[in-house]
Amino acid sequence: MEKAEKKNSRLKAMVQSFGLPRLIITAFLILLLALAPVVGADLPSQISNIIARFSWNGVLVLAMVPMVHSGCGLNFGLPLGIISGLLGATMSIQFGFTGALSFVMAILFATPLAFIFGGGYGWLLNKIKGGEMMIATYVGFSSVSLMCMMWLILPYSKPNMVWGLAGKGLRTTISLEGYYRGVLANFLEIRIGKLVIPTGTLLFFALLAFLMWAFLHTKTGTAMTAVGSNPTFAKAAGINVNKIRMLSVIMSTWLAAVGILVYEQGFGFIQLYMAPFYMALPAVSAILIGGATVNKASITNVIIGTILFQGIVTMTPTTMNSLIHMDMSEVIRIIASNGMILYALTRKTEGAK
Amino acid sequence: MKTTKKFDLRSTLRSSSVPLLFILICAVCIPISGLSPSYLINEITTRMGRNAFLILSLLIPIMAGMGLNFGMTLGAMAGEIALIFTADWQIIGIPGMILAMILSVPISVVLGLFCGKILNMAKGREMITSYIISYFINGVYQLVVLYLMGSVIPIKHSTIKLPRGYGIRNTVSLLSMRQKLDNLIPLTIAGVKIPVATFLVILLLCLVIVWFRRTKLGQDMRAVGQDMEVARDAGINVERTRILSIVISTVLAGIGMVIYLQNMGNIATYSSHSQIGMFCIAALLVGGASVDKASIGNVFLGVILFHTMFIVAPKAGAYITGDSMIGEYFRVFVSYAVITVALIMYETNKRRAKADQGAQLAKAQEEEA
Repeated sequence: MEKAEKKNSRLKAMVQSFGLPRLIITAFLILLLALAPVVGADLPSQISNIIARFSWNGVLVLAMVPMVHSGCGLNFGLPLGIISGLLGATMSIQFGFTGALSFVMAILFATPLAFIFGGGYGWLLNKIKGGEMMIATYVGFSSVSLMCMMWLILPYSKPNMVWGLAGKGLRTTISLEGYYRGVLANFLEIRIGKLVIPTGTLLFFALLAFLMWAFLHTKTGTAMTAVGSNPTFAKAAGINVNKIRMLSVIMSTWLAAVGILVYEQGFGFIQLYMAPFYMALPAVSAILIGGATVNKASITNVIIGTILFQGIVTMTPTTMNSLIHMDMSEVIRIIASNGMILYALTRKTEGAK
Repeated sequence: MKTTKKFDLRSTLRSSSVPLLFILICAVCIPISGLSPSYLINEITTRMGRNAFLILSLLIPIMAGMGLNFGMTLGAMAGEIALIFTADWQIIGIPGMILAMILSVPISVVLGLFCGKILNMAKGREMITSYIISYFINGVYQLVVLYLMGSVIPIKHSTIKLPRGYGIRNTVSLLSMRQKLDNLIPLTIAGVKIPVATFLVILLLCLVIVWFRRTKLGQDMRAVGQDMEVARDAGINVERTRILSIVISTVLAGIGMVIYLQNMGNIATYSSHSQIGMFCIAALLVGGASVDKASIGNVFLGVILFHTMFIVAPKAGAYITGDSMIGEYFRVFVSYAVITVALIMYETNKRRAKADQGAQLAKAQEEEA
């Protein structure tokens, strides 16, 4: 009797630490996977799909980590970093690089831009401590809509990027065939029957994740965590709070820039104009589903969260469709991902606002 | 005392900088766009009637210190659902509108309660939370309208249903209701059509808001907006007051949406509401409001300036750059930029006020010692 009670309370504690919404989402995903063979969906190709999507999105979700650590909250301003990545990508193509080199050059072009944008963004966020998330959202939106004009105005001239008729202004989607489509994914690719594993992309993600993990254990990294958990204490300990926050924002912006390039190499297209607009929300909800809170996030959260989120995104259309003949995946995705963000925002978090 | 006065002057100058900038933009763009003054005035009068009620719904949460209510989208969705029902029941004209307004109220109240409860759990970050709520409820709205209507919720007429038998079409025609309120009392002055009845409704709401500010509840809201802790010590039920302010705002937004859509003449079922919050908030801010202070005057000035910009920007952009898309993007950019700047000013002012308070406290302590 007593034992059962004890077990019960332990179970409760486990549920509490894992979080009820996360539990529901995990259970839902397992249910979907279990039902997949029953309704006649092809499980290996579905799993390959999940792995592929994980590899595309992993870096974008990883970009959330530094800002959460330094107490800047969830980076709703992710589109700013994405824009640096897009500028890098288009510049690399414009200057005539092809193949794998175009991917490297895209990162090289994007890096200084990400540093400049991230620097400005970080400076702004230092001015408005406490209101980061809302302003980040709108910084993202304004920069995306500003860039909408810029894509038309900037002097791009490569024929396969600009509108054919006018000869200027970038197209909304640009194919990466012949450029860096699949450069990472095709590297050491493993095929077992229908199961495809894009080893290169996964390795690239692992490398960045490891670097992030290692960074968080350096002196600067620990300082970053200190700033996030208690800025007053960090200040008293002689840490330059503003500088650390700025660094975290720049890192986040740069990772977003690289993240979108990784995404594009998997997806095969560059998407411009309004496309980066809503890219922050999936990344934010992915890391939250993985167990992060507004002021705490780890690499494990990133990995688990991305798998769960992308799993749901991949599995709901196929399984639900065959099950009830309604494509409710979009609605489920909206409700689940925004519900997760809401849940995180309403959690009481010590210290942070 | 002297220092506070000086500060006031500076802050008024700062708060009027956005309207001044917009007057400048409009002054430059109007001649370039080449639109005739009578066309412009006509358009702005129409848009005033269409939007003012919606924007007025934002005032009350600002009074209660909850910032810009991005959750007004919830009310807009309630209004749309109500209109879909009245369209299905084929109740036309003014009675249909009134019925839609009445129907929207209970839906708005439920959504407002939900929103208010959640915002109470996320004090200090109301805006981002209300913003995410609007996305979340949009998902629920789609679930209801796209899947449940016609399959679970009875919808009779196939004209508004998707061909597959359930779910609502992308556009629902409100032809029977189109501009019925606007044309109820026809009046045309010098070629400008004036929607007298709509303006009367808006005027009525303005009066209600002025009256509401003086009631006990209105005063409570102001107190809560000033300082939640002090208000709580004074015996005000802070949580309840905050929830009420959101509920009132949502209900007003629902009614406002009915007015908005009767002017448009059709419902874009899945997109009418998505941008409405952003445009209303941008208009209010352009009128000189800030996150913690907004008046009825701001609403009307905002509608005029923001929508003038909205009308002339594409034409002016096309003239200057030869590409009409640039103007389109420009006005979207300006809407977002205005909100961004207003949010930044609000946060920096808040910090400055805090620092001033600290300095004053230190000074007082020094004097005591």
